[in-house]
Formats: sequence, structure tokens, C-alpha cells
Amino acid sequence: MSANLQLTDDGRLRHLLTLEGLPARILTQILDTAASFVPVSAQERDVKKVPLLRGKAIFNIFFENSTRTRTTFEIAAKRLSADVVNLNINASSQSKGETLLDTVANLSAMQADMFIVRHAAAGAGHLIARHVAPHIHVINAGDGRCSHPTQGLLDMFTLRHYKGAFHNLRVAIVGDVLHSRVARSQIHALTTLGCPEVRVVAPKTLLPRDVENLGVHVFHKMSEGIKDVDAVLMLRLQNERMRGSRLPSAGEYYKHWGLTPDKLKLAKPDAIVMHPGPMNRGVEIDSAVADGMQSVILSQVTFGIAVRMAVMSILAGN
Amino acid sequence: MKIHLKNGRVIDPASGLDAVRDVFVAAGHIVGVGAAPADFHANQVIDATDLVVCPGLVDLSVRLREPGLEYMATLESEMHACAVGGVTSLACPPDTDPPLDEPGLVEMLKFRAKHMPGPRVYPVGALTRELKGERLTEMAELNEAGCIAFSQADAPLTDTQVLLRAMEYAKTFDLPLWLRPQDAHLAREGVAHDGVVAARHGLPPIPVPAETVAISTILLLVRETGARVHLARLSSRAGIEMVRRAKQDGLPITCDVGVHHVHLSEMDTADFDANCHLIPPLRSQRDREAIRKGLADGTIDAICSDHAPVDDDAKELPFQEADPGATGVELLLPLTLKWAREAGIPLARALGYLTHKPAGILGVDAGHIAAGRPADLCLFDPEAAWIVSPSNLASLGKNSPYLGLEMQGRVQYTLIDGHVDFRRDGHRQPNHG
Repeated sequence: MSANLQLTDDGRLRHLLTLEGLPARILTQILDTAASFVPVSAQERDVKKVPLLRGKAIFNIFFENSTRTRTTFEIAAKRLSADVVNLNINASSQSKGETLLDTVANLSAMQADMFIVRHAAAGAGHLIARHVAPHIHVINAGDGRCSHPTQGLLDMFTLRHYKGAFHNLRVAIVGDVLHSRVARSQIHALTTLGCPEVRVVAPKTLLPRDVENLGVHVFHKMSEGIKDVDAVLMLRLQNERMRGSRLPSAGEYYKHWGLTPDKLKLAKPDAIVMHPGPMNRGVEIDSAVADGMQSVILSQVTFGIAVRMAVMSILAGN
Repeated sequence: MKIHLKNGRVIDPASGLDAVRDVFVAAGHIVGVGAAPADFHANQVIDATDLVVCPGLVDLSVRLREPGLEYMATLESEMHACAVGGVTSLACPPDTDPPLDEPGLVEMLKFRAKHMPGPRVYPVGALTRELKGERLTEMAELNEAGCIAFSQADAPLTDTQVLLRAMEYAKTFDLPLWLRPQDAHLAREGVAHDGVVAARHGLPPIPVPAETVAISTILLLVRETGARVHLARLSSRAGIEMVRRAKQDGLPITCDVGVHHVHLSEMDTADFDANCHLIPPLRSQRDREAIRKGLADGTIDAICSDHAPVDDDAKELPFQEADPGATGVELLLPLTLKWAREAGIPLARALGYLTHKPAGILGVDAGHIAAGRPADLCLFDPEAAWIVSPSNLASLGKNSPYLGLEMQGRVQYTLIDGHVDFRRDGHRQPNHG
């Protein structure tokens, strides 16, 4: 499948498009490399930049709006001493007639070394990766509902940081799995890294058909789904899902699937709570949980920079 | 022009004939099979040794892209591609720009096609104006202009009352409706089968009930109205089972499948190949097996190419943004032969799904090899291997899921109305008598 496109002939990472089909050794390599960047990315703010990507041109190409992901990629690239160009290509300039591949070809001609791409359609990164020159690396920063590999990796980094390993973990992913590229990346990463029990918890209208095929256990009730888990991975519920035929109201959703202190008591006492952001407080998560002792949500953001530095430096070295 | 087709393996699926015979053609018709008529002096002798001589193929869905969509393909290019593929009669769906909803457009298309080499063209008229699913077209007028059936192509018909009235009105003139069963609401925004691949990729799904709910509605209204309905492009096991039961109940319906759906499944979309973005979507491997079973047991009446040439710009896009469809008219025969080999179906039976059976659905005199029948013939080498590549396809549409793969079986001659319309270069030259 798509794994070949992501790897060089000798099995090293060439593009990061999806976590599906990537071997555990590569995921672990990224997490280990990220660990070495945590001091650079977080605690020691006045440390010098690492010169690993000096002279490299990295293009952040965002066909979909994003502040957080784009900013963390930008910071990560700058800490690696790369030159960063941000391009927000909204729907209007696409409608002027330039195709996705034309855009990429034009940017390639500007001596790009790496593209970080977010796009509303699944597989956009794959398409670009098939058409770029051999020396250019592509990182998927979110494609449709398909994949958000660096988010999945930073979630794994966070889990490993707090829990030490994956082989003894019980993890629940709660919320709109159907529309979530984050959930898909988390599921692929957890199953690859040997997590023995991955659960999804959601109403049937927010789960893909036959989601069990992805290697997860399905729960519809929070009380059952998060019982005795080591980590609760909350998903964002987008505004447009709160009305219409998938859910009757935000209120009913919160009542059944919102993470409140009471519900969290069902998880293990030392369970951690994660969320990819931005949060809808009072919809999928109670503020008391989001800001509580078990929340590691802000650590995720910090670790996100280290993980993205790791991905970029590994790609540039391959 | 009198042509003597010498020493070919003549297969007439309708009669079951499969034997080495000579075929004699004069004045646009077959005048003899086996023995020449008295005083037959051929102008041309074609050595058909080692070739299969079968009726010219009848394709129930070929998009010629005219009028209006000439940036994708032209009438001339696609008519030629049909002949290269052995197709001698075709039905073209009304999803042109503008749609075939006015007699003038149909007359123009018929006129242009008639003055061009290539197959006989039978337009399918739009069922509703602009294919909007609201107001009926002038079906009787369109029929006089040359439309042999009426369809929404792939445009939705959401209003069940319009569907009921369309059936009643068409029944008034005994005109057939060709309907691709899909509930527009259940299929809304969908691009892929609601299965394991769409779940993995997060692609907006088209669930099987989008097909079965529509079939159910259509079958109930057929029982009510007695309308003549042909169900186009079935894709699901459950849908085929419904048709099987309806036929057992004696309902006079027919159905077809697209040739790609006989071979491919959702698994072929797993690497986002936009050439596998088809309508209806490629479904599960179980659904594909049900299509094969439905062909083998005769539930499915015909295989068509559902030829949809799409230009590169509209395909070199992420899967869900790419225009749907695959070029197919040149793959119709080899892919049907591939199915026959894999399923152990005799050649004569397999060719029936491409010849007399679709001809019966079209309601035209085609698809037979017998004295007195039109001399529309396809001569192919069942052993010839070739690679599908842009340069090997005559169609302007190079959008094939099979690019780079090998096909077995290749058309060498296509005769239409008693003339050699296509002869493959490099094939041994015919002797002139």
C-alpha cells in the first residue's frame, strides 16, 4: 500500500504521509529522536538553535486553515535553523485555476527541500509525494479525515513520556472518530507500537462503519468505554456536527460523551487526559478536567515541537 | 463490397454456434455462414485463421463527451476507440453539456455520428430537463429524434413522485427507462464504498443501502406502473439479490454491470488511485464475487464499459476531488475474456453479455451472426497479449486502473455495416480476391 511511497529502497523514511504501514522501528526512531530535542524545544529557551537544517528551505503549504499546527511546524523548523516559508492557499486562489500539482511544481522551482502540507482531501500528500523531485520530502500535516501523522506521533510521545511503554496500556479514544484524522493516526500508531487494548467511544453516528477492522474495541457508553483505562484521548467535536442528523445537540453530547470529573473517576486513578486542541470546553470536555491534575494537554503542545523537529531532521538526513 | 471472412472460429452466442466457419458479407449484411451463397465473388478476403469471429460488441454506456465536453474527448476520438475495441453499437448516456434533453441536440449528435466512421450510435435521452429531476422531457419527441431509452445518467432523481410519473408517462409510449439505482440522500457527498478502505482513509462513504433503497423504490413503482425498466451499473451483493428475486417473481426487468466492477474492489482504491474513483463506487470483495455470481447465473444481463474518458487535469487530484470514471471501451472485451477464463465460463456464453443480450436491451437488430443479419462483426485474437498504456489506447481518455498491466485478447478487425471500419496495423495483410 502507501508504505512504499513513504520509505526509501533501503527502508528509511522518505516522506511522512500516514502512520499506517510504517514499521514500529521508524515510529520508535522518531520518538527517541524527539526525546533528544525536548531540551531544545522546551525547557532551555535561550539555548542556541541546532544547525541540522541550515540552508534548507521548508514550505508550509496550508490549503486548510490552521494556526496551531502551522505554528508548531514553523517553530520546529526554525529551531533546526531552516528557512521557513508559510503559504496559506485558500479556496479562492485554488479556484483561479492553478491545480494542486501546479502549485507544488512552482514551489519546487523555488529550491524547496521539504513540503509540509495540509489539505482538505484525503491522499493529497500521497499525490504530491508521487510528483515531487527525489530530493524533496513531504510531511502530511493533515489530509481530510485520513491522517495527521505528526499529531499521532506527538500523542504517542506524550503517552510514552507519562506511562513509560505501550505494551501494558489500555487507551480510550473518545468522540468524533468518523471525521477525525487524529483518531485514525492514533489508532495506527497504538496498534503498531503494541498497545494491547485500544478502545473507541462514541455514538454510532460518529463512528466509521466496521471500525473494528482497524483493530479497536467499540464502546458506545462512556461508563464502559473509559473504565480502568490508562489514558483518555479526547477528540474535538466540530461545530457543524453538533446540529443536523448526527447529533441532536451539544447538550446531549456533553451529557453522554463529555469528559467530566465524575466520568474520569471510572478510569485508573493515574490515568492521563489528552486532547489535540482546540478544545470545546463544556462540549467534549469539562474545564475542571481540561485544567485538572490528570490533564497533559499543554505538554502535548510542547512535545509537538520536539516531535516535528525529529521528523524533519530524520527526513533531511535520509 | 463483398467480404469473405475465411477460416475463423465463428461464435454466435445467441445460437450457441462455436465452430470454424467462413462468413460471407455483402451489401452490409451477412449473406452466408459456412457456405457461400450462389454467385458470391468476394472483393476482399480476410484470413481469420486463429481469430474469433463474433458479433460486433454492443456497449450500453459509452460517453462520447459531445456536445460540450470536448476537452475530455471528442466524438471522433471515441468513435474510433469504440471500433478499436470491437464495439459496433453503443448507447451514449445523456450527461453531456447541455444534456440530451432536446430533440435538436439528439438529431445533431445522430447526424454527426452517422457521417463519421465508427459504431452505430443510440442516444439515451435525458429523463428530466437538464437532468434536474424536476420536469419530464419531451420523451416522445426525443424518441422520434433517435433516443432509444431515457435516463438520468448519474444525476440524482430525488423526487419519488417525479419517478412515478416518469414511469407512467414512459409506459404510455412503451419507452424504456434506464435507471442507475442510487438514493441521493444516502449517497450525499460520498465518493467511496462504505467499507474498510473508506473507514481507514476517512473518505465520505456511499453505503450499500444507497443502492438497495433505490432498487426497492424502483421495483415497487415498476410493479405499480408496469414500466419497462433497465437497472444500470449494479454494484452490491444485496442489490443483485433483490434483482434476482424480482426476476424470479416474474418482473420484466433487466440489469447490467460495469466491466471494471467485475474485477476491482475497494482494495484497489487503497493507495488513492484516482483512476479507481468510479460511479458507482468499487465495493467490497464480497460484492465483487456477487457480481461474478450474478453474471454466471444470468441475473445480470449485460456487461458494459461505462466508458468515461477524463482528462489528466481532472484525474491528477486527490481521490475525492478527481472526476469519476474510467476509460473502458477498449478494455471491455479483454476484461470480459479475463472474467470468463477466471470463472470457467465458455467463451460463447461470456460473449453473450457483450452482444445479443445488450442488443436485446437496446432493442436493436444487432449481436447475431446469421444470414440476413447486419454485418457488424468483431474479429479478435484471443491469445494476443498487450500492455495497457496511454499510447496503446485510442481513446483520448487515458484514465485506466489497468495502466501498465497486461491484457489478453485483442481486436484485429471491426466490421460495421459490411465495411472494415478498423484493422490493426501489423496484422497479417488480407488477401485480395
